[in-house]
Amino acid sequence: MSHPEQIIPHGHVLRYNLRERLTHWVAAISYIYLLLTGLAFWSPWLFWVAVILGGAPVSRMLHPWAGLIFFCSAWYMYVMWAQQMRFTDVDKQWWKAVKYYSTNQDEKMPPAGRYNAGQKFLFWGFFWAAVALLVTGVILWFPESIPWNLRFLRYFAVLIHPAAALFTIGLFLIHVYMGVFAERGAFGSVIRGDVSIAFAKRYHPGWYKEIVGESSSPRK
Amino acid sequence: MSQATLRVQKISGHAGTVPGEDTQREFTVCKLIDTTTCIGCKACEVACMEWNDLPFGETVFNNTYQTMPETRWNYWNLILFNEHEQDGSLMWLMRKNQCMHCAEPGCLAACPADGAIVQYTNGIVDFQQANCIGCGYCITGCPFDIPKMNPKTHRVFKCTLCTDRVSEGLEPACIKSCPTGCLHFGSKDDMLDLAGKRAKQLREHSNFPNAGVYDPPGVGGTGVIYVLHDASNPEIYGGLPRNPQVPWSVKLWKGPLKWLGNVAMVGGLIGLFVHYLRYGPKAREEEDINPAPTTGPGGGRR
Repeated sequence: MSHPEQIIPHGHVLRYNLRERLTHWVAAISYIYLLLTGLAFWSPWLFWVAVILGGAPVSRMLHPWAGLIFFCSAWYMYVMWAQQMRFTDVDKQWWKAVKYYSTNQDEKMPPAGRYNAGQKFLFWGFFWAAVALLVTGVILWFPESIPWNLRFLRYFAVLIHPAAALFTIGLFLIHVYMGVFAERGAFGSVIRGDVSIAFAKRYHPGWYKEIVGESSSPRK
Repeated sequence: MSQATLRVQKISGHAGTVPGEDTQREFTVCKLIDTTTCIGCKACEVACMEWNDLPFGETVFNNTYQTMPETRWNYWNLILFNEHEQDGSLMWLMRKNQCMHCAEPGCLAACPADGAIVQYTNGIVDFQQANCIGCGYCITGCPFDIPKMNPKTHRVFKCTLCTDRVSEGLEPACIKSCPTGCLHFGSKDDMLDLAGKRAKQLREHSNFPNAGVYDPPGVGGTGVIYVLHDASNPEIYGGLPRNPQVPWSVKLWKGPLKWLGNVAMVGGLIGLFVHYLRYGPKAREEEDINPAPTTGPGGGRR
């Protein structure tokens, strides 16, 4: 099953359609706001960030709403991508070879599909962290409404919320590093939607074969 | 909230040093509440509302004296009435409940807003609503369920220990109003001494063998101490916690997790930067458009 419609002129391939790109940037912008305001509440040394963003009370007021936007975009990503993010046998081999990937010896990597195992880990990491952040975030949104005999919910939330956020910060740093610095062309792909054929062949050979119809495997 | 002559020894959410630390030779102040001589007249409640100019709130009536179930953002001082049966006889326990002014306040530890909660050198823990951001973390940090949110302004309020009176050399309003002398105010040392003598009197002359002083060490001692008929069972006084602590999750969050998180974030940034210097981009975009002859594996040292 080939997807010739994804091949576009001048040696490029469509990687992300408009819906995927928009969802990515709704998530990205809301996440960056959450990150900055969250870090301001995390450390007194970064409290000034909230002051720049309109004052700490405003940051406190808007952080939960931005969180809802972020969660909705994460949920929509789940709807769009969950099927494609299933781990396959190739992904297991890819994980075993990840040291070659991180040292730029990409020719030694097993052929990744549309998403490699690292990207799939990022997706599921962000998705489940978003669920944890939503649940604990709702508790922290209205702490005064939690009755005294359910106070363990607040104790749970004040610990899990920052811990889950720290986990996403780790994912976020690696994601931005890979997308902007390491894999040249990836950042453009989430803005313009396309990558060069060379990019597709180098990083996602399995996916490229599917597009040109050299493989019968599902799009994973 | 008037700071008059008071200096600050602890500040919430504050980066750097605290200006007032070790700059003042001042007594730690303390309120002593003798539950054994409280008659539940609520004069202290009225005095608190009058002095602090707090608006009236709705009361409830459920056939008890407890016309307000708990303290509120605009009701900082509340007598809790408890009917306690022991050895076939009824004890009507009355405890004036308010902020305990902990030496190690959980509210202040949990607060992320610079200067929203301060502790003066005399030990008073005071909320500065102008700096409050309305997050409610203090509610989670407090082991006594004291800070309360004003739903309209989203600011948290509680007893100030009449900071404005104390800074002018006066006793708190509740102390001044007490008709039985069950409330005392002075230095922590004096109050502990007085409380100890009263508890001894109760044990030796009034048939309260378990009488004692409530000054919980789990929060470093408190700026409000109680004399209880039965110090071995503080829960009967309207849920006074036996061993109050700053919640362990708040300690974990503000202690090890903070350090671990900061090290991980800074370490991660440095690590990625060094990785980029060492390995660089996987391939350059211009190579994709004008492929150059292969020069060997991409992992070569640059």
